Amino acid sequence: MTETGVAPEAVEASGRGGWAMFLRNKAAVVGLIVFTGIVLMNLFGPTLYGVDSDAMVARPFSGPGEGTAPLLGTDYLGRDVLAGVLGGGRTTLVVGAVAAAMSISIGLVIGSLAGFYGRWVDSMFMRLTELFQTLPTLLFAMVLLTLMGPSSRTVALSIGLVSWPAAARLTRAEFLKIRELEYVKASRAIGAGDLRIMLRTILPNAMPPLIVATALTVGLAILFEAGISFLGLGDNRVVSWGSMIGKNQGFILEAWWTVTFPGIAIFLTVLSISMMGDGIQDAFNPKLRGR
Amino acid sequence: MRVGTPISTETSALASNGGAEPLVRVDRISKQFPANRGTRVHAVVEASLDVHAGETVAVVGESGCGKSTLANLIIRLHEADSGRVLLRGTDITHLNPKAMREHRQTMQIIFQDPFASLDPRVRVGKAVAEPLSVHRICSAEEAQERVGRLFELVGLQRIMMKNYPHQFSGGQRQRVCIARALTLNPELVIADEAVSALDVSVQAQVMNLMLELQQELGLSYLFISHDLAVVERIAHRVAVMYMGQVVELGLREQVFRDPRHSYTKRLLSAVPIADPRQRTQRALLTGEIPSPVWPAGEGPEVVTHVEVEPGHFVAQE
Repeated sequence: MTETGVAPEAVEASGRGGWAMFLRNKAAVVGLIVFTGIVLMNLFGPTLYGVDSDAMVARPFSGPGEGTAPLLGTDYLGRDVLAGVLGGGRTTLVVGAVAAAMSISIGLVIGSLAGFYGRWVDSMFMRLTELFQTLPTLLFAMVLLTLMGPSSRTVALSIGLVSWPAAARLTRAEFLKIRELEYVKASRAIGAGDLRIMLRTILPNAMPPLIVATALTVGLAILFEAGISFLGLGDNRVVSWGSMIGKNQGFILEAWWTVTFPGIAIFLTVLSISMMGDGIQDAFNPKLRGR
Repeated sequence: MRVGTPISTETSALASNGGAEPLVRVDRISKQFPANRGTRVHAVVEASLDVHAGETVAVVGESGCGKSTLANLIIRLHEADSGRVLLRGTDITHLNPKAMREHRQTMQIIFQDPFASLDPRVRVGKAVAEPLSVHRICSAEEAQERVGRLFELVGLQRIMMKNYPHQFSGGQRQRVCIARALTLNPELVIADEAVSALDVSVQAQVMNLMLELQQELGLSYLFISHDLAVVERIAHRVAVMYMGQVVELGLREQVFRDPRHSYTKRLLSAVPIADPRQRTQRALLTGEIPSPVWPAGEGPEVVTHVEVEPGHFVAQE
């Protein structure tokens, strides 16, 4: 009556958690370290450095290392670039995270309903998605911002409102695929309701691509925030990486340092988040555990 | 005796066989699926059969004959176009999801593919306990204990409850599926090709398990299979399906020893015989399989049945 197939070791090893799986992905670990560094820098950097990013500290356009100039030079108003880089991610990160959370939430709800119920629900939600997809996103966000007035909150809201279609389509595709699988039928046969099947059975299995998409969305939202600040549509009262690049764009040839360092900060942030996404995906895969 | 009359108040004679009230009565159930350019696939056409308590009824037939659709109709994974399913006399065909939930405890299903029918992200112990939490039957600790007993009942070790499906072999997974089907103490278990995906030695073990469970728990099985050797071993009664219709229904001995319908004869003669000296002229299945696809508004002719001996029904040709 017994069958071989499961070695006793496998039984023991299945207890290993997702954290161990995350740590096995080297790129993800590097991403996590870089990202943690950026967050810590934004949290404590400005206080430790002690220079107000809005204060004029030296002659405008002092290059890095020129005489009394600060380490990374000064911008067109004589403000310390290093001070801006250290604290300029606060707005960017918060706005990026909030916008991405909004985008993913809208996308998840619309995509899962469309994919699960199909028929007219699907047609209705997909036409809505296509409508949002065909709108020029930047223009639409600019209109929203003009209507609502620029503040960190409205920037996050408008980014969230324009960037959900990709998440919705991906979620729908995953739901369409998974709802036909036998274990979903099995759930239905034991009497599970629609909501339970969607949340407990299909959603966890749809997560891997959605996690990667979430990481990419956070990255995109950060870029979008930078873009909006670059265009001068962001909150002018706060210094952000995007607004630093935007305001110094005219002097890029004379004073490269004013745009390069905030640019590197944005680049590293987006890259580190994407790298972590892969590792999180591994952590959610039970098949990788115990290997 | 002519049956299959189109009067809807009268149950089909295929279904009204036997005196006691059956556990499940399938009464002239039909299902069509839309196909290309307005045509329709007539997957199940006025199929009727009964399953009595403690009995195994096998449904046999070639691929695409509507066996699995019939199973899905009975357990309401598909909605029937016409006809009805009576569960202990209650018509469950049109119950709303809430009312249906209660009846789902009475019947459960085991699918063909033990690799696809378990959620890869759920530990098997939790998968087997899921019906208990769906129906809010008992606390988590009590569920643990019940699942542990179920694991032992189907020949698995309690320690395996913590494992993920991919850590099991096909036969073990099918045992997990059986345990899950038994969690709610059902009276009927529909086995949709439940042993077809397993290799022969494991198949025998799982069949033995199913027979033991039937003795111990008094289960009824609706056993759907294309494997006649398996059916001959496990079934009390056999229904032969062809093009969505039940063409022959009878006791196992009646159908296997004395097949009357030409399709049943051809199906039985297609079974390979190990001993060459035993081999006789076969009535092989020849030609194209007729298509179950019909233009809108048209459909196959519904067969009528004759009772050739007590309990043995054959479609008229």
